[in-house]
Amino acid sequence: MNLKITHFVIFTTFGFIASCSNSTQKLTKIEAKQIPINIDYTEIDSINAYIKPYRNRINNVLDSTLAYASHKISKDDGIYNTSAGNLIADIIQKQANPTFKSRTGKTIDFTLLNHGGIRSIISKGPVTARTAYEVMPFENTIVVVELNGKSVLELIQYLIDTKRAHPISGIQVILNKNNTLKTLKIKGKPFDDSKTYFVATSNYLVSGGDNMGFFKDGLNVFELDYKIRNAMIDYFMKVDTLSPMIDKRFYKIK
Amino acid sequence: MDRRKFITNTSATSAFLGLGGLTLGSCSLYKPTKITILHTNDVHSHIDPFPSDHSDFPGLGGLARRATLVDSIRKENPNTLLFDAGDIFQGTPYFNFFGGELEFKLMNMLKYDAATIGNHDFDNGIEGLLAQVPNAKFDLITANYDFSNTALNGYTKPYKTYTLNNIKIGVYGIGIELKGLVTKKLYKETKYLNPFEIAIDIETKLKEEEKCDLIICLSHLGYEYTTEQKPDDITLASKTKYTNLIIGGHTHTFLEKPTIVKNAENREVLVNQVGCFGINLGRVDFYFNGSTNTNANGVSIKV
Repeated sequence: MNLKITHFVIFTTFGFIASCSNSTQKLTKIEAKQIPINIDYTEIDSINAYIKPYRNRINNVLDSTLAYASHKISKDDGIYNTSAGNLIADIIQKQANPTFKSRTGKTIDFTLLNHGGIRSIISKGPVTARTAYEVMPFENTIVVVELNGKSVLELIQYLIDTKRAHPISGIQVILNKNNTLKTLKIKGKPFDDSKTYFVATSNYLVSGGDNMGFFKDGLNVFELDYKIRNAMIDYFMKVDTLSPMIDKRFYKIK
Repeated sequence: MDRRKFITNTSATSAFLGLGGLTLGSCSLYKPTKITILHTNDVHSHIDPFPSDHSDFPGLGGLARRATLVDSIRKENPNTLLFDAGDIFQGTPYFNFFGGELEFKLMNMLKYDAATIGNHDFDNGIEGLLAQVPNAKFDLITANYDFSNTALNGYTKPYKTYTLNNIKIGVYGIGIELKGLVTKKLYKETKYLNPFEIAIDIETKLKEEEKCDLIICLSHLGYEYTTEQKPDDITLASKTKYTNLIIGGHTHTFLEKPTIVKNAENREVLVNQVGCFGINLGRVDFYFNGSTNTNANGVSIKV
């Protein structure tokens, strides 16, 4: 028996080497197709059972109520500012400041995000972590950029030109009827073009998203390693009720 | 003749007589063999099927169903390999919560043989990917990312070979340029090497040194760029000499059927990609040593 096995090993090994050196394996035909994974294929129970605890954990975390929305919160309910935009920008302004202050000793002056970054409404009723994933599915993080007066004015001009309710917080912009700047206040004080300002925003916008070119001229950039979505979840856990309103932070006089 | 009979016959013969006749006779010893290659790309953490009211992919996808399909194909042909062309991570809370752990563990359960690395597989940084490497029983294959100055050094392979029923299969991986696509802080000192040059180097090695019968590229370059000057799978296929199949990803391209491209030596290469999110499984069967009605050098391709 042992002898037989030895023969086999010698033989096949040799055959294998010969096959390699002579390339005797000849490809004769190729067939290709794409198979849709549809309901025709039953699920393998053991795999489903393996996934289940992970799925349950996610659902428990995502679906436990953190706060209540007193009304529908949308990014489309105003012209120059909206309930959803105000909520998110105010959250960033509030949540990012402690981290920024502890690292730099400075304070965030105002916040600017982009209107397109808000991906969902918040329905009236329970607010969960899943809500934060729906509104902010991206992994964008909060970045603070130090801008000089000239860059801040470019930022304001961008807001005027794009005519979109980009979320802002900590800043007030009032436009004349002819769309020129009437009033610009930052944290309640008149804008001072000789000062520099610390602007909280997202890493997406700092890296050129939505053509916010003024961020390229930032004097300093501070990455807080704090996801926008996590800031939202942290805020939802702190408060009982969300009732953001359209206000006077950005409007045009009539 | 089947394998069992082959063994009986050969062991009955004296070893020395067998050796004498071997060189001449070896060609005729190879019986027809089918190698089945299965593949996915850009699954993006889509572990559960889409809900039945989803506007784009109602009721499609899901790991537990893909497992059924893969199992049935393996039963039909044990000479089957299963690959993924990258972007395993990011897209559902499974990734946000568990960092890719479940994706890798489920891929083990489906017995994936190898995967290449997509740009989103860096979404938790080099360290985030490294942390999941112990969970993968399959190989991470990439030839044009040089990780030598990163913590991932030594945890990936440029290529891997498999021998199934005496057919030697070489598989290499090609990744997309990370600069501008992924934050530098995430990919750190990963060096991106020219995908075309590396692909030609590796396929030449697989052909000439490793003597592979079948060469497959797992690419995360993207199918085709018509407006930008970026390396893509179609161009890659046209520049190679020995690669038989490019399994692509990144562009989430749904193809009616695999694309046939003429390579640098005017031979046909298959380029395939199966969309995204685990909606589809790609299947390519390679038949060796069969009778063929094509000419002496030709391969009949049915797509």
